[in-house]
Amino acid sequence: MARKLLLEHIDVPYINTLEVYRQKGGYRAVEKALKKLSPDDVVEEVKKSGLRGRGGAGFPTGMKWSFLAKPEGVPRYLVCNADESEPGTFKDRFLMTYIPHALIEGMIVSSYALGAKTSYIYVRGEMMPQIKILERAIEEAKAAGFLGKNILGSGYDLELYVQPGGGAYICGEETALLESLEGKRGNPRIKPPFPAVAGLYNCPTVVNNVESIAATVPILNMGGDEYAKIGIDRSTGTKLISASGNINNPGVFEIELGLPVEEFIYSDEYCGGITNGKRLKAVVAGGSSVPILPANLILKTAKGENRLMTYESLADGGFISGTMLGSGGFIAFDEDQCIVRNTWNFTRFYHHESCGQCSPCREGTGWMEKVLHRLEYGHGKMSDIDLLVDVSKKIEGNTICPLGDAAAWPVASAIRHFRDEFEWHVTNSDEAQIRNYGLAHYADPLTLAG
Amino acid sequence: MADSNDKIKVSIDGISVEVVPGTTILNAARQIGGEIVPPAMCYYSKLEGSGGKCRTCLVKVSKGSEKDPRPMPKLVASCRTTVMDGMEVQNITSNEVLEARKGVVEMLLINHPLDCPICDQAGECHLQDLGFEHGAAATRYEFERRTFEKIDIGDKIQLHMTRCILCYRCVFVADQLTNQRVHGILGRGDAAEISTYIEKAVDNDYSGNVIDVCPVGALTDKTFRFKNRVWFTKPVEAHRDCPTCSGKVTLWYKGEEVLRVTARKDAYGEVEDFICNSCRFEKKNTADWVIEGPRKVANTSVIASNHYSELKPLPVIKDNPKLKEANKNQLERSVRL
Repeated sequence: MARKLLLEHIDVPYINTLEVYRQKGGYRAVEKALKKLSPDDVVEEVKKSGLRGRGGAGFPTGMKWSFLAKPEGVPRYLVCNADESEPGTFKDRFLMTYIPHALIEGMIVSSYALGAKTSYIYVRGEMMPQIKILERAIEEAKAAGFLGKNILGSGYDLELYVQPGGGAYICGEETALLESLEGKRGNPRIKPPFPAVAGLYNCPTVVNNVESIAATVPILNMGGDEYAKIGIDRSTGTKLISASGNINNPGVFEIELGLPVEEFIYSDEYCGGITNGKRLKAVVAGGSSVPILPANLILKTAKGENRLMTYESLADGGFISGTMLGSGGFIAFDEDQCIVRNTWNFTRFYHHESCGQCSPCREGTGWMEKVLHRLEYGHGKMSDIDLLVDVSKKIEGNTICPLGDAAAWPVASAIRHFRDEFEWHVTNSDEAQIRNYGLAHYADPLTLAG
Repeated sequence: MADSNDKIKVSIDGISVEVVPGTTILNAARQIGGEIVPPAMCYYSKLEGSGGKCRTCLVKVSKGSEKDPRPMPKLVASCRTTVMDGMEVQNITSNEVLEARKGVVEMLLINHPLDCPICDQAGECHLQDLGFEHGAAATRYEFERRTFEKIDIGDKIQLHMTRCILCYRCVFVADQLTNQRVHGILGRGDAAEISTYIEKAVDNDYSGNVIDVCPVGALTDKTFRFKNRVWFTKPVEAHRDCPTCSGKVTLWYKGEEVLRVTARKDAYGEVEDFICNSCRFEKKNTADWVIEGPRKVANTSVIASNHYSELKPLPVIKDNPKLKEANKNQLERSVRL
C-alpha cells in the first residue's frame, strides 16, 4: 500500500468539516508555522522538500517563492490556481470537494511564508459546488481563529477569498488568471515582468496550483527533509493522478512519485488494467496538452528502461519518444480507439479556448481543427498530414502563452507515433465516412447542423 | 537623461548599436534602421501596453547578454523584449525567424481578404507590405473564411470586421485617448471581433485616431472612402491653431480639394501627434490650414509613384489673398526653389 499524504483521510466521514479535519490532525501545520517558524523558515522547508509545481509545469515551488520581490510598503499576494480545466485532469476539484480544509490550511501556511495578508482562491466558474464548499470551509476556519486578524495570537492577519472565474481554460494560465481576477478579460500577459515582480494589481504575486498549496501541509508536518525522501531524485513526494479512459478503475489516485507506469496501469490498487481485457494502445500521461505516447513507449523508455511516474522519466526521450507528467491527467486508450478522432477532439477544445490575442494560436488552432475534422470524416488528403505537422510547428513556441504549445503538441505527437492511422483515414475514406455517418447525420460538431 | 556611459550595447544581425537601458529590441533596431528592423503590426510606440500580439516581430536572441550568454530558448517578440548589455539578436539573418514570420503572415491572411483593389487601405497597408516581403505566393488554407455582417459604428468611421487582424491598437486608442470608450473585443479565439456595446456609435472627440492606428483596412474614414486611391493624392504637411489637439496634420489633396485629413506619421507609420475629430473631419478647406510643405515620401512607398519633392503652391492658395498671407513663407520658399 503506497503512502498517502493528501488523501490519507479521504475515507473518514465528514472529513470536509473543520471538526473532523482537526480530529485527524488538521491545522497542526498552521500552528507550527505561526508559533514556531518564521516565514523564511517555512520557505526553507518547502525548498528542502523539493516540491515541484503540481499544476503542470513542474517548476520548484520553493524556488518560485524565493523569487518573490519584497519591496517596502507594497502588498504581496498569494493566488491559488483552482481553474482546473485541462481535459483529463480532475484532481484539484476532487481535493477541494472532499478535503477543502487541506487547501485552506495550505493557503494559510503559504500566505504566511510569503508575507501575503490577502489571498485568493481562483476557482473555475463552473465549479459552483466547490466554490460553496470552500466558502463554507473558510467561514469555519475564520470562526475557529485560523483566518482573520491576529491568527492564533501570532500577530499575523490573513483574509482569504474565493473568486469564481469566468469558466475559460485560458484563465488557468497564471497571468490570464490575474487579469481575470482584476476584473478584466482573461488574456495572458506578456512576460516579463513575471508575477513575482508585477502580478496582481501590479504587486508581487505567487500563483500556485491547488495541489502544490495543499502539499505544503504535510511538508511542514513532517519536515522538508522527510518529505524529500519520498519519491525519486528530483521528483519528490506524492502526486495526485486523475486517471480516465479505457481503464477499469477510473478516479483520482495519490501515488508516490517513482511508481512504474506499468504498475499504475495494471495494478488493482490503481487503474486495474484495461477495460474488457483489451490491449493498451496509447496514453496521454499528463493532461491533453502533453504528447501522446504509444503503449510500447509509455511502458518503457526508448533505452528500454521501465518508465516511471516522475517528471524526469516521463520526459525521457524529449519530444521524440517522451512526454510529460504535466497536471497528472492520465488518459488510457485501448486498441479500439481512434487516435485521429481523439486528436481532433483535443484540437477542437484548444480552438474553442484560444483567447485570440496572438495570431498563430488564434488562426492556427482553428485551421488544425478543420483539417483534422476533414481527415476524421474521410474527406482528407495525404498532404493534410504534413500540413498539420507544419501548422503545429508554426504555432509551437511562437505564441504569448503556452496554450499554443498545448494545442500543437498533441497533433505533432499523434502524427509522429500514429501516422499510419492518419493515412488510413485518407486511403480508406469510404470506411471513415461510413464509420462516422451516424454521428455526422445527426450533428456535425463543427456546424451543429444535421 | 542617461548619458552615453549608461548606454548598453546590442548587436542586431551583426550591426552594433548603443541604446539606453529599457530599450526594446525593436526600438534598438529602429535606431539602426533599414532592413533589419522587424515588422510590427500591433506594436505602436505611442500606445502604452501595445505589442506582443501579432507575433510578426519575432526575433532570435542568440546571446542573452555578456553576463548570461545563453541563447533564449524560443523566439521572442522584439517589441516587448528589452535589450541587455551584450545581447546578440538575429532578425533577417535567421532562417528560423523568417520561417516563423512566414507562418504568421500565412495565419494573418487566413481571415484577412486580399481585396486590396477595393480596400481603402491599399497603398498604406502594413499587412500588404508584410505579405509582399514575407508571404508565400499561395495559401494552403482551403476552408471558408470568416465573414461578418456590417456594423454601423457611427457616421465618420467604417468598421470592416472582415479585414480586422485583431491587433488591439484601436482598443488601446479608445482606452488611452478617449473618455467614452464604447468598443472593445468580444468573443474568443478566431471568433473574437471588434465591436461596440449594443447600439452604440463610436463618437467622441479623438475617436478618429482609430483609423490612423489600424494597420489594415478594418477601420476607415467614411468621409474619404472610395473617393480616391491614396497614390493619386498629394500629401501636404499643414497645421492650424487647434484648442483641442496639436493641430499638426497631413492634408491629402486631389487637385485643389482636400480629400482627407490625417495625423502625421513617422517613418514606421506611427502617428506623431494624435489629432481631434474636428481637425480630421470638419476642416477640409485649405483656408483652415497653414500649409508647411510637401510631405516627405519614402521612395519605397506606393505614394512615391506620384513623387514630388518641392512645393508648387496650389492655385487655390495663389489666387486667394487671405491664403497668400497665411502661406507667405511657403510662397517665398517656392519662389526660391
